[in-house]
Amino acid sequence: MSRIGVFVCHCGENIAATVDCARVAEISSSIPGVVHSVDYKYMCSDPGQNLIKQAIQEKKLTGVVVAACSPRMHEPTFRRACAEAGLNGFLCEMANIREHCSWVHEKGEETTRKAADLVRILVEKVKRNRALRPIQVPVTKTALVLGGGIAGIQASLDIANAGQKVILVERGPSIGGHMAQLSETFPTLDCSQCILTPRMVEVAQHPNITLLTYSELESLDGFIGNFKARIRKKARKVDEKLCTGCAICMQKCPQKKIPSEFNAGIGTRTAIYVPFPQAVPNKPVIDTENCRYFKTGKCGICQKLCPAQAVRFDQEDEIIEVDVGAIVCATGFDVVNTDFFPEYGYGLYPDVITGLQFERLASASGPTLGEIRRPSDGKVPETVVFLACAGSRDRAKGIEYCSKICCMYTAKHAMLYRHKVHTGKAYVFYMDIRAGGKMYDEFVRRAIEEDGALYIRGRVSTIYERDGKLIVKGADTLLGGEPIEIKADMVVLATAAVANPGAEELAQKLHVSYDAHNFFAEAHPKLRPVETNTAGIYLAGACQAPKDIPESVAQASGAASKVCGLFSQDQLSREPLIASVHRTAPPLYSICTGCFLCESVCPYRAIERETITTRDGKPIKTVARVNPGLCQGCGTCVAVCRVKAIDLDGYSNSQLYAEVRALA
Amino acid sequence: MRIAYFPGCSLTGSAREFDESLRAVARRIGLNLVEVPDWNCCGASSAHALDHVLSAALPARILALTERTGVGDLLVPCSACYNRLISTVHELKENPTLRAEVRRLLGMELHLTVRVRNVLEVLKEALEESNSTKIVAPFSHKVACYYGCLLVRPHKVVGFDRPENPQSMDELMRTVGAEPIHWAFKVECCGAGMTLARTELVARLCSRILDDAQARGADVVITACPMCHANLDMRRSDIEAVAGRRFSIPVMYVTQAVGLALGATARELGLDRHMVDCQLLTAGASKASTAISQP
Repeated sequence: MSRIGVFVCHCGENIAATVDCARVAEISSSIPGVVHSVDYKYMCSDPGQNLIKQAIQEKKLTGVVVAACSPRMHEPTFRRACAEAGLNGFLCEMANIREHCSWVHEKGEETTRKAADLVRILVEKVKRNRALRPIQVPVTKTALVLGGGIAGIQASLDIANAGQKVILVERGPSIGGHMAQLSETFPTLDCSQCILTPRMVEVAQHPNITLLTYSELESLDGFIGNFKARIRKKARKVDEKLCTGCAICMQKCPQKKIPSEFNAGIGTRTAIYVPFPQAVPNKPVIDTENCRYFKTGKCGICQKLCPAQAVRFDQEDEIIEVDVGAIVCATGFDVVNTDFFPEYGYGLYPDVITGLQFERLASASGPTLGEIRRPSDGKVPETVVFLACAGSRDRAKGIEYCSKICCMYTAKHAMLYRHKVHTGKAYVFYMDIRAGGKMYDEFVRRAIEEDGALYIRGRVSTIYERDGKLIVKGADTLLGGEPIEIKADMVVLATAAVANPGAEELAQKLHVSYDAHNFFAEAHPKLRPVETNTAGIYLAGACQAPKDIPESVAQASGAASKVCGLFSQDQLSREPLIASVHRTAPPLYSICTGCFLCESVCPYRAIERETITTRDGKPIKTVARVNPGLCQGCGTCVAVCRVKAIDLDGYSNSQLYAEVRALA
Repeated sequence: MRIAYFPGCSLTGSAREFDESLRAVARRIGLNLVEVPDWNCCGASSAHALDHVLSAALPARILALTERTGVGDLLVPCSACYNRLISTVHELKENPTLRAEVRRLLGMELHLTVRVRNVLEVLKEALEESNSTKIVAPFSHKVACYYGCLLVRPHKVVGFDRPENPQSMDELMRTVGAEPIHWAFKVECCGAGMTLARTELVARLCSRILDDAQARGADVVITACPMCHANLDMRRSDIEAVAGRRFSIPVMYVTQAVGLALGATARELGLDRHMVDCQLLTAGASKASTAISQP
């Protein structure tokens, strides 16, 4: 006979303001099987938990229903409390009378009645609960870090320095990411490469880090502690072991006019190339789409001249399979290009550039060696207009969020331009200045007050070319909305930061959630900012939302510490709420007919085929079996099983029917 | 192709040639225009500045009358009328209270089933449908396609073309043999109804439009809006006074350019009604037509 205890929580006023909690407790006491029913202001507090523990011991409860918030919030709390009082945690259930009742209904009799009904449902369920034991799984102590920008580099180094193995996978030919493209960094104006490149080298030389550049994640299976990743190592067409990085191939390559991705399209590169001279690894790749040999079959100069004979035209992509225990996703972001803006000429004017292109112009390693020269004719621009919020915070453009980094880098750009071109005029059009951060506002003030950047509050409606000048039409909304026209030599758009192309596909491979803009979703926006909803996969950097360098690094270290925490255990506990296939004594063995519909619908590939044999090994029948290590308890197999041979622990068919019948 | 037709006040007055040229084109491409009987003014620029309910009721009456004709699509050539009618459909669909009020005022059935269409989309469709249409005299000129404010905006309401750099008129002009230029004032405002109250402001806005079109080598500005046409054509002396220079570039309705390409005469198209001479542009048309544009 069941002895169930019901504990109704007020959640301060969250529940008590609309639900009569004392009345819910009173109604609950009359449900058959309930032997104890109380209400309390904060059930999750220490005295609240003690109420539950005492009742379990004094009333010898066989099951507990806590009517409070969502189980996502406090189920672990209450299960732990039950376990401490000697009741198996899986005999404790939560009736969600907050999110599912008090928060969504008005105060009144009906709301209270619904809360009582929710309790009744869970009482019927918990009567049929079984004591379960968590499943123990081993942990593979190797982390996979996706993305070799500053976030991926930081996460890799932190994990590796803690003594764990790391596999760092980077899509491009070199690590470094966007940070390697930047000239100086705000708010200190220290050179980006000077602080980044030593870390890139450290990654390459670290004994605990395996670096796979020019590689991408092909697929991912498994679960926390036990992932299996397949990584495609794209063919570099150069043998990395032989190549010495002498660069003769690049000097002699006849295809010299390919827009350089590293220089954001304003410089050129060859078909066999390293993205930039400080690349790690400093080994070239052949861009087969632009290589003369791959297009026409003729050329092969690089192969002929390579002193190490490292060029391999016949090299193929390679698939590498690795076992990893945790994944840090640090795949970064992209910016929209100037052709996103019809009003600014659809990318038609060469001197309307993005912020990233300006970084390359201002960078000592850039195509102009750090001199500010405009792309069209190489002249030093006398008037430059900077546009903050180009695309960002613009619902009409479908990007309603703030890209966060633009206010700061635009101030930096105006400042750098004024430092390099003393006679030049720098105008900045802005909506608001968002300079929250240590020394950030001071930095913007410095751009305005000391470096003479001319800030205009207002937006630009259109840009067009006239007599060799770019006419920038805007309005000064601070001073009566007067229309303004500036004749500029160059315009820099602080274009919106967006998710990387391929982010959606990657999220699906990883089974992590993502938002409407394809930024990856953290498990909780405030309290679990580096975890995803998929256990064992963590986020770092701008793949989650636009972020600056300090924030990306902080999050990367956070993700790394989560990984190290996970790796500090040899075994992991998993919830045992998994499916199982019906088995019974001979001659039936199992009601499973072996149709394997379950196998085809299981998203986790947890269904295996098991042949039941006689003692002398003769096969009797083949039935389904659930691999408890892979099953995630989604219940899809239960739904499709035609003979009801599969059931889900904790959510069995009989429990669900009992829940529904409780309302009848 | 059969379509209901709301000319609006302009097309019976200052923009009569828009109506004439539209009918001339329609005849040649098998477009059957069914004029909405007993139509009224759409309220234009005044009604919505004065009385919100009236500004919806006036276009709503036209929509209700169109519904009675049983034709599903309504062609509204004037950009201002087009914008008023399509905005009214949008607003009445969104706002049931206003819809009830307007129905009560009109005392007519109103189902909002009519699809309001502008001249660019209708011409494109009709030209595509009519197999027999021949471009007999390609309009081989550099044209500045001028859309103005009302044809493509607000995008959420009209849902037509791209609001910042529309292409539909450019494409239409290409099909009749013209070469549209890339220019910066496609969707800039001409000053519209301010033409009486603040003539100088309108002249200044118009001078920039003409200046850019002319500087980029256009032979003619093509428009689909009677208000834009009036300001750019009729206000030419005011424009020149503000700019301190002369502008020779003529301004034509899109239907006139298409009409010339289809072989209509200049008189049929009302080209003689313009203030700024279009003579050079009609060189491809028949001899009879070139003669009449001289006074």
